[in-house]
Amino acid sequence: MSARSTTVRIGVGAGFAGDRIEPAIELIEHGNLDYLVFECLAERTIAFAQQARRSDPGNGYDPMLIERMRRVLPGALSRGVRIVTNAGAANPLAGARAVAALASELGMAELRVAAVLGDDVRALIDAKPYPLFDRPGSTADLSGVISANAYLGAEPIVEALAQGADVVITGRVGDPSLFVGPLAHAFGWSFDDPALIGKATMIGHLLECAGQLTGGYFADGDRKQVEGLARLGFPLAEVGRDGSAIVTKVTGSGGQLSIASCKEQLLYEILDPAAYYQADVVADFTGVALEMLGTDSIRVTGGSGRARTGMLKVSIGYDDGFIGEGQISYAGPGAVARGRMAIAIVEERLRLTGAAVKEVRGELIGIDSVDRSAAAAMEPREVRVRIAGRAESARAAAAIGAEVEALYTNGPAAGGGVTRGVRPVVAVASALIPAALVTPWIEMVEVSP
Amino acid sequence: MRLAELAHLRAGDKGDVSQISVIAYDPADYPLLCREVTVERVCAHLAQLSPRRATRYEVPGLGALNFVLEGALSGGVSRALSLDGHGKTLSAQLLDLEVDPTGRGQFS
Repeated sequence: MSARSTTVRIGVGAGFAGDRIEPAIELIEHGNLDYLVFECLAERTIAFAQQARRSDPGNGYDPMLIERMRRVLPGALSRGVRIVTNAGAANPLAGARAVAALASELGMAELRVAAVLGDDVRALIDAKPYPLFDRPGSTADLSGVISANAYLGAEPIVEALAQGADVVITGRVGDPSLFVGPLAHAFGWSFDDPALIGKATMIGHLLECAGQLTGGYFADGDRKQVEGLARLGFPLAEVGRDGSAIVTKVTGSGGQLSIASCKEQLLYEILDPAAYYQADVVADFTGVALEMLGTDSIRVTGGSGRARTGMLKVSIGYDDGFIGEGQISYAGPGAVARGRMAIAIVEERLRLTGAAVKEVRGELIGIDSVDRSAAAAMEPREVRVRIAGRAESARAAAAIGAEVEALYTNGPAAGGGVTRGVRPVVAVASALIPAALVTPWIEMVEVSP
Repeated sequence: MRLAELAHLRAGDKGDVSQISVIAYDPADYPLLCREVTVERVCAHLAQLSPRRATRYEVPGLGALNFVLEGALSGGVSRALSLDGHGKTLSAQLLDLEVDPTGRGQFS
């Protein structure tokens, strides 16, 4: 890595587990980066990963981790770009070992891989109930708990980088902390300086959803035109020692960085903009100022923060039964009326047969499946009936799809294209636990020559 | 006029909470947004959402309002029966909220 110390260039190579791979390669090759972060862990991803780990103790990390690393590691190592990712999911150590095995296969004996551990707090949750903060009740009320992971802060990432890691694989870490770690390491920032860590958190928050800063999730008509979304470039920030930053993207990549897209992303998934609770800091985005410097180049200043609370958010994944679903289409004159009739028939059938299903909802895709407004819909030429409901067993849930399928021969005229399915539900609840109970640690994994 | 002419919006989710930002294209319109885009009007427009609690945060520095609708996502994306468990389509559903630029309140 270069010796420059006045600015650090940090990019984002994934904003979710299934994100495109090419933008990360583009950033490695043309971004002149010091660090590249891959954010790959949605709220319940870790619960699914924990289930994978249960059936195979060597598994439980993001299934795309190795493919991503295979594509980016050679370029990253030759250019001195260090990688931080939460793709370790429910098993960061196994993920780090898999990356080390890949490095060995690619002949990168000098690569240093670290795992950040300690986010798994299942034992704490099992030992004592903690109040849930997203609903009434406590953790003891959740049956079928699969996983419990605390959102760690950036300090263990700083430690891993200080130990010389080229690749840092974490499990659950606050998304902005994936960026705060490298910045705090590079600049020697203290976590006792909440104003500075607040700025770093703001930069991390802007970057963490990758393409959502550079024009993804933004385009809409003439007023919000974005070109080149099929080759959308992911953002990077050039950060100064004072915590100010210029966000930009690789010249020639698709998409567009604008003040408007930055404002949307700054507030994205934020509740109180003056109090964004993270393990590292309580960040305050209300004083952020954005200044257009040139094409796809925006100066960001004014983030701040207050001292952290000493509590960590814990995300608990638990089994929540099954959802059964069936769909069927109707078209032509009267399509809506036949669709409504189909819903009424299936609801009555579920009652008549005593199906063990609850919360059954019938809707017409094209009319009222996602629209929650009071506006009256225009009559479309076709509709798709969707009926979904919950059940405690997969077998019971299957009744919904079966009744929809039976509409072929027993329902309204001209119904076609039935699909049906049953899926297990892994739900997520949240609690707070004292940070003092959680001690993260690092394991360095050797690459065999 | 419709809100779409004055502001751009983005929706996000946190568990069972839907969050929708309403951002003025021209910061000069921010007071107008504050006056016209109230919690009451947002909830009336998204009439079938029925959040448990709705809060509006004001961010004058960004010319933005941030709406936080608790209990709006039928349990959140992890367990919702609805097709759009994230509530990502909600921001666009607010684009045709009527806004009265004269301030005489003829639409409220």
